[in-house]
Amino acid sequence: MSIQNDMRTPLKKVRGLGAARDGTDHFWHQRLTAALNVPLILILFGVIAAMFGLGFEGSRALLANPFIGILLAAAFLNICWHMKLGMQMVIEDYIHSDGMKALLLLANGAYCAALALIALYALIKLALLG
Amino acid sequence: MSTNAPMRPRPLSPHLQIYKPIPSMMMSIAHRISGIGLYFGMAIVALFFLAMASGENGHNLFSELFGSIIGMIILFLFSWVLFHHMLGGIRHLIWDFGHMLSREQSRSMSMALPVASLVLTVVAWLIAWVLV
Repeated sequence: MSIQNDMRTPLKKVRGLGAARDGTDHFWHQRLTAALNVPLILILFGVIAAMFGLGFEGSRALLANPFIGILLAAAFLNICWHMKLGMQMVIEDYIHSDGMKALLLLANGAYCAALALIALYALIKLALLG
Repeated sequence: MSTNAPMRPRPLSPHLQIYKPIPSMMMSIAHRISGIGLYFGMAIVALFFLAMASGENGHNLFSELFGSIIGMIILFLFSWVLFHHMLGGIRHLIWDFGHMLSREQSRSMSMALPVASLVLTVVAWLIAWVLV
């Protein structure tokens, strides 16, 4: 084997994950969820707009529809992942003290996970129990 | 930035305040602020679904809140912010694929953004008004 000019192992180089060890995942997921958000957001807010004219029983029946329920669950999961990635970037850009940054990044994950869980709980309850 | 370096703070170069506010810069800031607004606004949407699952009282609470004039104004502004962030994001996706990057194109696309998002919001409300 020839003498190498740098200290990185071939495995490190071929994985291409860089210093943060997660490569371009953050960038890629941000774009992927952004593109998916366009149709999913339109469905979510179309359903909410439709519920204005339906009253309680009609709205409940609409949300209990399996196609609507699954699409809305997908919308919430996608939106919450996009929110987590976006706010993470804002925190990393503006918060420079290590302790506060770590705390806010944890809070960000907890908030986004909480919204996703609340929405999924509500949708599953509406689908199964009416 | 290291916080425990044994030296006094290094001098920093001037930042945002020295730049002329150009359209793409203003829309970049608007994109970030609108994203932060939507981040917190989505809590209302999640709580609305929770209220729907909790029964008729929850539904009535939300229809009273957002059926009022102030509630409708909040909903309208929220939907404008949403469309603004959506169109801004699509603009970023176009740039990501290497299109519309010239100075004139990116400038006109940025200047059109607030107008286009407002038009889209009004059209969406008109469609909802007619259909619902």
